[in-house]
Amino acid sequence: MGLNSKPLWLGCVLFLAVLLVIVALFSLGVGAVNIPLQKVLLSLTRGRGTPEYTILFAIRLPRILLGLAVGGGLAIAGVMLQGMFRNPLVEPYTLGISGGAALGIALNIVGGGPAGIGLFSLPLSGFLGAVGIIALVYLLAARGGTVKLSRLLLIGVMVSFIASSLIMLIMAMTRTEDLHGIIFWIMGSLQEPNSSLIRVILCVSLGGLIVALMFSVDLNALSLGEEEAFFLGVRVERLKKILFLLASFITGCCVSVTGIIGFVGLVVPHVMRLLVGGDHRILIPTSYLAGAIFLILCDTLARVVMAPVELPVGVITGLLGGGLFIYALSRKGASF
Amino acid sequence: MGGSTMLAVKDLSCGYGKRVVLRGVSFGIKRGAFVGIIGPNGSGKTTLLRAINGFLRPFKGTISLEGKGIHQMVRRSLAQKVAVVTQSPEAAPPFSVEEFVLLGRVPHWGKYQLLETKKDVEMAERAMALTGIAYARDRKMGELSGGEQQLAFVARALAQEPRLLLLDEPTAHLDIGHQGQIMDLLRQLNREQSLTIVVVLHDLTLAGLYCERLILLNRGRLRKIGPPQRVLMKGVIEKVYQTTVRVMQTHKKGRPIILPVAGKGV
Repeated sequence: MGLNSKPLWLGCVLFLAVLLVIVALFSLGVGAVNIPLQKVLLSLTRGRGTPEYTILFAIRLPRILLGLAVGGGLAIAGVMLQGMFRNPLVEPYTLGISGGAALGIALNIVGGGPAGIGLFSLPLSGFLGAVGIIALVYLLAARGGTVKLSRLLLIGVMVSFIASSLIMLIMAMTRTEDLHGIIFWIMGSLQEPNSSLIRVILCVSLGGLIVALMFSVDLNALSLGEEEAFFLGVRVERLKKILFLLASFITGCCVSVTGIIGFVGLVVPHVMRLLVGGDHRILIPTSYLAGAIFLILCDTLARVVMAPVELPVGVITGLLGGGLFIYALSRKGASF
Repeated sequence: MGGSTMLAVKDLSCGYGKRVVLRGVSFGIKRGAFVGIIGPNGSGKTTLLRAINGFLRPFKGTISLEGKGIHQMVRRSLAQKVAVVTQSPEAAPPFSVEEFVLLGRVPHWGKYQLLETKKDVEMAERAMALTGIAYARDRKMGELSGGEQQLAFVARALAQEPRLLLLDEPTAHLDIGHQGQIMDLLRQLNREQSLTIVVVLHDLTLAGLYCERLILLNRGRLRKIGPPQRVLMKGVIEKVYQTTVRVMQTHKKGRPIILPVAGKGV
């Protein structure tokens, strides 16, 4: 990628966008009931009222949209955090956000959360847990208006450990039915019956993509190091806060709806960096698309591999993502 | 030398946290000057550079660039005037040389501008041509040798179109050939582009050969300032560096050559 790489960038984005459409159509077609592509396309144009229509639009399409939002959202959160910390092991969950959300959920399930808001109860408690942890980590890490990155990372990891310990404590003291609920949630799933929640997550995720893109040049400067970014005129302290809060907010929203889906935020940014390079102006959009493709594909596999039994999607993302990652690393010319 | 003042440092005290590194340092640098900062390890050279470029806030005193206090200036507009080449980082940036040099244009970009303009590309090309690193433009920074990396860092600083260029030991870890290449390049930029240059150097002979003025720091205080012949004197160096040296002179201009004297028997 160089001065004349703009057509190449456009090509990458277009290619991934087309791939996303293909994967989405494929995912619409397969499942407990297989619907051939022709029928899928036919149902898309007309066919309201048929059983296929219901399966496609009430069950599979919402899952695909949620997969797009969460896969893309986690991937760009990973890109931002890895770029900011200049550490390839950081991922959206490193700073304790998943732990906070899980703690919120566990407390809700055990304590019998607020009744009356029904379907919103679990996501809300997950979101509150995530926000609580973000605020805690931020307040502990910020000192006199400046945030030291190494400190932020360490505090995030420690808070994360404390949250997991508390969850284990809750699980040890809880009844079996509740235990099942907690474990099920922690494993993560794209099944979400509430369509307005899906809409909210889509808006957060796409909005996050736009904001992340606006800061992509600053992020390029920051990936040279804080001092270097400062010399390039970047307001470093402000940028660090924006990136941390943005990545945390996206992650918190995703996690509170789908549970903990690991590996997307770690692996996708890595693989894309190997493919398109370290320039965040291209890394962010391609990672978003690749994250969406990856998660939709994993979810489709989770649905069909042992149908009608559905596997936890986290199992597939872990196996597939880990395998893919090791392959990418062992390829000749990989710079790690 | 004449000309107006580029940089004025008045009664500067500066450091980290509560530790004071520099005390009461004052000096001025004229437009178009080529100034070297020398001194023993820990004497505050890098700290002085960090104060001049605004990274460290002084405890006391003022630093002004072309008559304006640098801490009253917006970050971005300071970056449009001052470029910095730090000691190369241990981890190479994840960019190709071309992408890296183009980052030098960022201070000139509008808010939320995402794509480079024609002018940005031209300036980056010019900077790569001037430093002679254009041949490696598509290589990753991590694949370059130490000397090539240093040239890429200078190229990025030049793409910034600065009026003042600050460098922190640009010749560290380089062989004698690359040392000469970097210093010749700086002299050329100083003379042909009338770029004001302030460079921290460890090698006293190199500093004496290339710089018109030297600032000698010792234990956080300004020990001596002036042309090389007046700063690099045997008595001064031996006292500041606490060692024995021999001082010779070049044939043409009488620039000092400093030789370390090992033990007492030489």
